[in-house]
Amino acid sequence: MTWRPDLSVKISKLMLKNPIMPASGTFGTEMSPFIDFNRLGAIVPKSITLNERSGNKGPRICEVEGGMINSIGIQSKGIDYYTEHIIPDFAKYDVPLIASISGDTIDEFAILAERLTGIDRVAGLELNISCPNLRNNGIAFGMDEKTTNELIRTVRQVTDKPLIAKLSPNVTHIQDTALAAEKGGADALTVANTFLAMAIDTETRKPKIGNLMGGFSGPAVKPLIIRLIFQVHQVTSLPIIGSGGAMTGQDVIEMILAGASAVQVGTANFMKPAAMLDIIDEIADYMMRHHIDKIADLIGKIDLE
Amino acid sequence: MKNLHSEILFNRPVNDRYWKMAVDVTALEESVRPGQFFHIQCSDDWRNLLRRPFSVYKFDRRTRILEFLYLIKGSGTQALMKKRPGEMLDMIGPLGKPFSLPAGDASILLAARGVGVATLHALAQAVPAEGRRAIAIVSAQKRDDLLAVDDLRQSGAQVYAVTDEDGTSTMDQVGKLAEMLIEDYGISAVYTCGSKRLAKLMQNLATIHNLYAEIAMEAHMACGLGDCYACACPIRKEKGIEAVRICSEGPVFPLRQAVLS
Repeated sequence: MTWRPDLSVKISKLMLKNPIMPASGTFGTEMSPFIDFNRLGAIVPKSITLNERSGNKGPRICEVEGGMINSIGIQSKGIDYYTEHIIPDFAKYDVPLIASISGDTIDEFAILAERLTGIDRVAGLELNISCPNLRNNGIAFGMDEKTTNELIRTVRQVTDKPLIAKLSPNVTHIQDTALAAEKGGADALTVANTFLAMAIDTETRKPKIGNLMGGFSGPAVKPLIIRLIFQVHQVTSLPIIGSGGAMTGQDVIEMILAGASAVQVGTANFMKPAAMLDIIDEIADYMMRHHIDKIADLIGKIDLE
Repeated sequence: MKNLHSEILFNRPVNDRYWKMAVDVTALEESVRPGQFFHIQCSDDWRNLLRRPFSVYKFDRRTRILEFLYLIKGSGTQALMKKRPGEMLDMIGPLGKPFSLPAGDASILLAARGVGVATLHALAQAVPAEGRRAIAIVSAQKRDDLLAVDDLRQSGAQVYAVTDEDGTSTMDQVGKLAEMLIEDYGISAVYTCGSKRLAKLMQNLATIHNLYAEIAMEAHMACGLGDCYACACPIRKEKGIEAVRICSEGPVFPLRQAVLS
């Protein structure tokens, strides 16, 4: 029998068969013809809000060098639809489901967390406190350490599910919000969300995004995310889920070396619906090439000598 | 739908702004229907990370040859135009909801502007097999941009070409022409793509004459599959105006649902 490396990782109470999961908002059941969901480390459906939201006006995306800017504005059918349709749609897959939740107020986060706590199929909650597309100038809860702390503390009181705080990269010192989330009771941190950005069409002089600003993602942000993961890993022992610019297995290894325990794949899913499976294979190849038995042994193992 | 790597059979200019490309889709088992599109990776360059949606221009069921008509618009289509025959094209499809025809065998009216003629050509090509005829109004800025007129005629369509250059394409003129065609040919359905003004005109005519009417819409897309909501546009539904995904809930919609202001 050929030796296969062990790709499993642990995020708080969650045991993942490998470190790869989709970034919220880039994944859904429509991808099922292209990808066997059972091979993923976790499933993260698009962020859900308490009430129905129609999302932002278009254009909602534009392509930029090395990535894209999006301002979808969390178009959502509300929590009832989510529990009645979206969660059951994924029930047939033997993969932990992480529910990404978003709200306009701290109370909305708490109500959502409470509703989802009663659902066994939900393995964990990712708190999307960092979406740059909900308020003017990209303001998000996750840009302020006090608000981050208060939000997570409030949600912590209503749920025993693993809580993953999705941090904002649009801060001066991410260590502060990371620690605020940890003190609030977060079990893990997603580092990070998209970068607040803007693009202008020079022919028409119009903004390329209908909502003016949006979140920048794609391969160009990877070095920024590597730096953020590294900075967060230095101040906390909470598990980190890297998110931003991972296109290949090598990118994932780089994030793991910087301190990530798992990695979310986003923009790459748009280029190639089966991108996550290719990435998982590339991670295994890397491990075999470097004789690494367990991927977990690589977390934070950047060589600083 | 499938993620295909299809061989390019030809890729050549139609005029200075428009190109036509043919690919071999023998690997595709399912049928390809007018109104559907393919989501195409135009290059491996990270400047063009996202796929571009291209509607079906022509599909030959027998030879499994699929054609696209495309406008050179930005860096993605500029990269696409450099592809040579023999190269493989990474595409996902067929995607989206196709056009549908009302019952009967009455003629249908197509109203296209610019590259909007591409998807309507696929429909014109398909209707003779249904025992009906397509009458097409093709509008463009310049005579040189009158795309697909010859192809439409070859597919058996009756074509009326109008241009800004000739001063024949004002809404007033096109409205009168369409009224006349609706009467003369006993039109039962109208299909439009490529211009909001033209669509609005057809929307009014369809209401007045009680015609079945559809519009093919376009939007920038990311996933193309219905997961990301990047392409959502306002559509008039029973409950009011909703943001609806062009890729998976369209691109073809009932014309009365189109929000055109």
